[in-house]
Amino acid sequence: MKENKTYVEEGDRSFYDFRYDDKDSYKVASGLTPDIIRQISREKKDPDWMLEFRLRSLDIFTKIAMPDWGPSIEGLNMDNIVTYVRPNTERMHTDWNDVPEDIKNTFERLGIPQSERESLAGVGAQYDSELVYHNVRKEVAEQGVIYTDIESALRGEYADMIRSHFMKLVPPEDHKFAALHGAVWSGGSFVYVPPGADVEIPLQSYFRLNAPGAGQFEHTLIIVDKGARLHFIEGCSAPKYNVANLHAGCVELFVGENATLRYSTIENWSKNMYNLNTKRAKVEKGGKIEWVSGSFGSHVSYLYPMSILAGKGARCEFTGVTFAGAGQNLDTGCKVVHNAPETSSYVNTRSISKSGGISTFRSAVVVGSKAHGSKSSVSCESLMLDSESRSDTIPAMDIRTNKADVGHEAKIGRISDEAVFYLMSRGLSEEEAKALIVSGFAENVSKELPLEYAVEMNNLIRIEMKGAIG
Amino acid sequence: MAQDLLKAEHLAASVEDAEILRDVSLRIGRGETHVIMGPNGAGKSTLAGVLMGNPAYTVTGGSALWEGEDLLAMSPSERAKKGLFLSFQNPVEVPGISLENFVRSALSQKTGKPVRIWSFRKEVKAALETLDMDESYAERDLNVGFSGGEKKKAEILQLLLLKPALAILDETDSGLDVDAVRTVSKGIEAFQADKSASLLIITHNAAILSALKVDAVHILAGGKIVAEGGPELIEKITKEGFAAYEEDTQ
Repeated sequence: MKENKTYVEEGDRSFYDFRYDDKDSYKVASGLTPDIIRQISREKKDPDWMLEFRLRSLDIFTKIAMPDWGPSIEGLNMDNIVTYVRPNTERMHTDWNDVPEDIKNTFERLGIPQSERESLAGVGAQYDSELVYHNVRKEVAEQGVIYTDIESALRGEYADMIRSHFMKLVPPEDHKFAALHGAVWSGGSFVYVPPGADVEIPLQSYFRLNAPGAGQFEHTLIIVDKGARLHFIEGCSAPKYNVANLHAGCVELFVGENATLRYSTIENWSKNMYNLNTKRAKVEKGGKIEWVSGSFGSHVSYLYPMSILAGKGARCEFTGVTFAGAGQNLDTGCKVVHNAPETSSYVNTRSISKSGGISTFRSAVVVGSKAHGSKSSVSCESLMLDSESRSDTIPAMDIRTNKADVGHEAKIGRISDEAVFYLMSRGLSEEEAKALIVSGFAENVSKELPLEYAVEMNNLIRIEMKGAIG
Repeated sequence: MAQDLLKAEHLAASVEDAEILRDVSLRIGRGETHVIMGPNGAGKSTLAGVLMGNPAYTVTGGSALWEGEDLLAMSPSERAKKGLFLSFQNPVEVPGISLENFVRSALSQKTGKPVRIWSFRKEVKAALETLDMDESYAERDLNVGFSGGEKKKAEILQLLLLKPALAILDETDSGLDVDAVRTVSKGIEAFQADKSASLLIITHNAAILSALKVDAVHILAGGKIVAEGGPELIEKITKEGFAAYEEDTQ
């Protein structure tokens, strides 16, 4: 029997599944040709080198095969993906009042203005493929921090910086969807933190897909210069559609000497999404990258943020949680490359699978011959909520020096009946009891998140746990 | 005569095909304190689990009514909402929620109404004081990293805040030192201060009972109630032990 690839049963996600009529003034034809790429590039007023880069990437895209090692992406029909949907607004807005009403309503329901009032340092919220709202608070700008959409950065003062970093960490040759990204990327954020600047409040961006069949190819480029510090939060939520959707974003993070960057993500794509996202960080001497990652949505995910520890004493911490429910196959994990002496990596992940969901933890730790005195610790725990769900662990290690300390630990368990009974004996329903236990299991991530994100994550868990009984 | 709060008749239960409870009948009215004593392996914890609805046990016979309703047909959370409470011997550690927030959400589940934070805070503070617990316990994750004694105190704290109609205390005194037994006993006394509050105290040690008002004592051995009486039975057990009753069940 052939399975229906795009139909996925949903729990009650109605809170997230609102959308407005598709009023886009402009949409490119489905399917990819050099002409379409030129059209996109012209529309975006790309510099010449970017057009060349897009065309070269398209060429690479057509030559590379689809990945054949992870979850099936057969349900993804590339001809169906409208690669470029421009929201109904001509340019960026720095004043919330200028943002068109329906777009604003969507954001209102996502809580953007509220959270901005509370603790946002700046907002670069992406609606479809363009940044429609953008604001950097005064004090952050006063520190010399640049937070802008990447398109205008391409033409402005920082054009050379973009050119020398753009897709240098993730080259289009990397894999098929990196090449696709290089060809059709649109929207995203650029952040530059100058030497020594300590950005106390997190910068946040909220991505959301709103057009049926639209792909999302945003590019995030963050450069944290020597001794500087930044926390960047990326949150995703998409409404539900019946057409296969694709997300092939790209995140490139450059962490300078003794700099610290924390990159937090809560992904909650709708359950027909193919999330084929590429994230990579390069960390110089004494610098540190901290990844905090929650993967909840999508039909299929391939997500393995990679850290290249390039300078002596560079560090990486990765904290993640993945929740795979009915119809979901989430293949997540991380890669760490130790390329310098005395580097360290600490990986701590939790994965949850329920109602036939498949959750796979895949990690790769490479300790190069120059990385003597390095340490790596990888720990993953899985929780299966029923007997039809699956959880796999695929840890790979490639150690090329005998002067390294490398450890790996994996645990797989089921939810404890005793714990459920204990909580129920205090009046909680079975569903609430299980949601509470699962939230506690995912606490490695929630305790690293700012309060409002931790609350949102626990709400997501509650939504996912609904209907878990019977 | 007023209706019984709990009325169990000829209860029998097994765990993994081993019959543990054979014949237990109990009637507990409002405001009464009953004590169940018995040697190890008599089935005391099984009885507590069966009354609260632990799915690990299978009821094989008899009945239990809560104010005339079939208790055994209810889920553990329904039983809790009716007013039944069980203080666990080994409370489970639940990371991710503080003791205070947990009790607050359990209370609002139970009553169906939001709990007023400030008055609740006050009650938490008072209960912590009664139990000689530092205020920081309210903020700590539920039972996580608590010592055996702290877990027991946290159970009694929940008892004082949730104010059930009938509380079953399953060997709440086991593993506690003399001072802790006294503290826990103080907590139970505070619960008894409400004249309509009922208790079923399971223990094999009389120390915890010394300061408490006791209405009836039941001796459980070999899965059966083998003797019943008033508080005087406690003294007898303290002197003579359970040997006489264990022989009865052979």
